[in-house]
Parts: sequence; C-alpha cells; structure tokens
Amino acid sequence: LFSSYPQAKTYFPHFDLHTGSAQLRAHGSRVVAAVGDAVKSIDNVTSALSKLSELHAYVLRVDPVNFKFLSHCLLVTLASHFPADFTADAHAAWDKFLSIVSGVLTEKYR
Amino acid sequence: MVHFTGEEKAAITDLWGKMNMEEAGGEALGRLLVFYPWTQRFFDSFGNLSSASAIMGNPKVKAHGKKVLTSFGEAMKNSDNLKGAFAKLSELHCDKLHGDPENFRLLGDVIVIVLATHSGREFTPDMQAAWQKLVLLLVLPLLWPTNTT
Repeated sequence: LFSSYPQAKTYFPHFDLHTGSAQLRAHGSRVVAAVGDAVKSIDNVTSALSKLSELHAYVLRVDPVNFKFLSHCLLVTLASHFPADFTADAHAAWDKFLSIVSGVLTEKYR
Repeated sequence: MVHFTGEEKAAITDLWGKMNMEEAGGEALGRLLVFYPWTQRFFDSFGNLSSASAIMGNPKVKAHGKKVLTSFGEAMKNSDNLKGAFAKLSELHCDKLHGDPENFRLLGDVIVIVLATHSGREFTPDMQAAWQKLVLLLVLPLLWPTNTT
C-alpha cells in the first residue's frame, strides 16, 4: 500500500513505514486479523466490524478511496503468496468480499 | 513528467521477459469482463460472453488481451514519450469507442493481480509499485480525449 500509493502514508506520520518495519508488521497483522474476523462472520460483516466502522467514521476518518487501494494490495499479496489457490473464482470472491468490508467500514461516514 | 528509476525499469523488464503475453493478456481481459460485467458494453462484437467460461475461452477476448499487453511492451520502449506513442490508441479508445477511463484503470489493476499470480513471491512490494506506476502512465494517455491538450 505505502509503496504503490505513497499518499496513504499521511495517515501514519507516527510510524516507521519502511518495508519490514516492526510497526508495519504489527499494524498489518491487526488489519489482516480484522479481515479474518469478517471472514468468520461472513454472513454478518456489518455486526462483526461495527466497532471498527465507528472508529473509522468518527476517529480515523480515512478517505474512502484508500480502502480501494488497500483492498487491491491485499488481492495482490494473496495472489503472490498463494498463486495456485488464487484462481479466477477466488479472485472474484475476494474482490467482492473486500468491497463489502470497505463498504461496512465507511458506511457511518455520513 | 514521471520518470522510471533504473530499479523500476529493471523490475518491469525482468518480469516482462518471463510473461506469456497471450496467456496473461487474455486472462486479465477475461477477468475484467467477468468480474465487472458492465465493461462488456464495449465488446458486443466479440461473440459469446454469456458466462465466465464462455468469456475466458473466447478467442477474440484472448486475442484482444494479447494485443493490449503487447502494446504495453511497445509503450515501455517509448517510456519517455507515451503521449506520442499512444496518440492513435488514445483517439480510438476515447473519441471513437467512448471508453470510460475508470474501466482502463480497472483493467490496469487486474493486470497487476494476474502478474502477481503468475510470479508468486517474486512479486515484491517494490515490483508492484513499479508496475502500478507503469500501468497508470499507460492508462493516462488513454484517459485524455485528444481534443483537450
């Protein structure tokens, strides 16, 4: 995300964002864990992510366009880590799922 | 004017050399048409696009995908004058075909994902960044109608 879309760094002035930094890895794990929570509650993503939805709406206020960038980078990472499993069907399903997750995180913005 | 660093050019040309244009191009265009069905609106003359398997197997889709990726290769040879190199394609896609710029951006992103799938762990963050830059630069000439320079 930060290599391809450096504008996203503005949300993390307090972080060391070099590839492999401890802060990057720690925060990345938190984000992916939250995606995992959404996967486990795939039939009710809205309720699974409701606290995060409020956090992003009222505190973080990350511009919605950045969720598209992050979703894209997640897809690229999945594709490169699991090339055999990341079939066209998997790609389609993940693309759809991540756009739902992004929607939930931004739905309380206004 | 955006320039590529030596590392970025190397990242791009290395991967380029390893790719099968027809396969990757066809796959990327096919996925665009399957995942974002509204993009099919430009391809009425391509025959059977009625299902995912019809699209992925459609010879015109494969041929056009190959054409698109091959033109990326040409563009890289002219990376300092993309606007000139792409002038005719720009006219075709904007003025005659009335393509929505967003669709070209989507295709660019699908191409990056297909590249990642084919390259596995070799597709590092730096590689992705170089390719995202290339894809954006290639799409830009197609975004601007030729009558507004």
